[in-house]
Amino acid sequence: MTALSINKLCKAFGGLRVTTEVNLNVEPGERRLIIGPNGAGKTTLFNLITGELTPDSGSVHLLGQDITSVPSRRRPHLGMARTYQIITLFARDTIVRNVTLALLGLSKERWNPLSVIDRNTELIDRAHDALQRVGLRHIADRPLSQTSYGERRRVEIAMALAQNPKVLLLDEPYAGLSIDERRDVQETVRAIPRDVTIVMIEHNMDVALDFAERITLLHFGKVIVEGTRAEVVADPQTREVYLGH
Amino acid sequence: MNGRTLALAVAFVALGTLPYWMPGIYYINVSSQVLFYAIFALGLNILVGYGGLVSLGHAGLFGITAYAAAYLLSMGLGHTTAIIGALIVSLGCTAVFAALALRATGIGFIMITLALGQIIWGLAYRWISLTGGDNGINVKTRPAPFGYDLGGANTFYYSTLVVFLVAVVVVAIFVRSPFGAALKGTRDQPRRMNALGYHVWAIRFWACLLSGLLTAVAGILFVYYTQFISPQTTSLTASAEVLLMVIAGGPATLLGPIVGAALVVVVKNVVSGYIERWNFLLGAIFVAIVILMPEGLVPGTVRLWRQGWRALGRRRSIVIAGSAEPKP
Repeated sequence: MTALSINKLCKAFGGLRVTTEVNLNVEPGERRLIIGPNGAGKTTLFNLITGELTPDSGSVHLLGQDITSVPSRRRPHLGMARTYQIITLFARDTIVRNVTLALLGLSKERWNPLSVIDRNTELIDRAHDALQRVGLRHIADRPLSQTSYGERRRVEIAMALAQNPKVLLLDEPYAGLSIDERRDVQETVRAIPRDVTIVMIEHNMDVALDFAERITLLHFGKVIVEGTRAEVVADPQTREVYLGH
Repeated sequence: MNGRTLALAVAFVALGTLPYWMPGIYYINVSSQVLFYAIFALGLNILVGYGGLVSLGHAGLFGITAYAAAYLLSMGLGHTTAIIGALIVSLGCTAVFAALALRATGIGFIMITLALGQIIWGLAYRWISLTGGDNGINVKTRPAPFGYDLGGANTFYYSTLVVFLVAVVVVAIFVRSPFGAALKGTRDQPRRMNALGYHVWAIRFWACLLSGLLTAVAGILFVYYTQFISPQTTSLTASAEVLLMVIAGGPATLLGPIVGAALVVVVKNVVSGYIERWNFLLGAIFVAIVILMPEGLVPGTVRLWRQGWRALGRRRSIVIAGSAEPKP
């Protein structure tokens, strides 16, 4: 059973075909890298997988289940989590409250209007555990507005990991990071256990190459090359459309 | 005992003994008004402050409840039945309003709530067989639960105070609850909330209902206070007034709407006795608030207070450092 399977997925915005007959099969535990130049349709593909955009045709299967018509808000409950390329966090809250919201999202407790979150020690402990995994536990109570860009990237990942996903979609987790920050995030990603399948988008091929087992190259919404790391790097088409020389 | 507990205790004692130190019945009645308008503003603040949804139709909901209670009473029904009936009618209307208005957010939400509020106002004026049109509906008596007659200013004040305190506690718990956090989340990052597994629309819908419930409670207190309801209560001016209470006091704070309600009610009722152009004064106050503390009176005062202390602390440390310097 594949962890994530995409079959003949198509999406057009007016006359612009951003995703054309994309097929993608990711095995459980696999580390998949999706690369492609600007405007290749990488983030659109993520939005189609998470259901934030509705595909014109084609299907998406998560762990063997057809989720094409499942609303996007239900998909985290089925084991899918994502991060955003443009950091999308709750800027007025503390780091730990951000992660708490991620935990509550999958719990029936999220509808409770008559209990106080800060007294729910079990919940707060779990949030701290998730922050431990990305190495941010020591600054858990810091307001998000007082954190660095790299720390925010790790909060994004902590929120996704807190939901115990089966399939984790990382959208350019290294974008805009300094070399030190990038190393911290790389360590965080590398430490994610193998029961989590990871699909990562990365614009900059160099930083993510050692992470990937298989690589898919997108160009103008089409899959151009797919294969192991060595195959894709060696392919002349990769050099042509992506590396540009 | 820290400053916060002390301030709470002082406020509690002041409110509890208010009829004994207020100079007259008139002022006790004004205090009752402050309290039920504060409940109204707390209800609107759930949407405006915590949900990021600005409503300009809340006076319509407030009016529907008041009209429903007055109409049921004029049919000869008892107070309990009238109150429960009014709450049911009001929540039903809130649900319909929310379902219509939540098709949009931002400006769209404001315009739909504005339109719905105006429809209620129009119906109140023109559906004369039901509302009495311009003449409104009179409410002959106030209730007397367990023999405690609410006819007097003091007894009405105390019962309003009890309802007010319950409302404050409910809202205080709500904003710290998982659901309250979810509502604030949909205000700040609706897309992320959806991706985290939350049903953004449903969260907003339930928030509308809670806001409507508090509005309805305030509406019932209002109709028993004035013992009269007319279309003016449901007008756009009334919606704008309660919105100004929230914005002036400080949206997304617990104390803000209460302070805002006190400000508006006092200027409208008390200051208007001394200054003929009290509307001008109220306008000037709002302009001053917007310029000096755009975040609202309560957060603004806290900010100025902290800045003041910090400045004072800095001056002191400079003085101390200066005196510690060895003299040449």
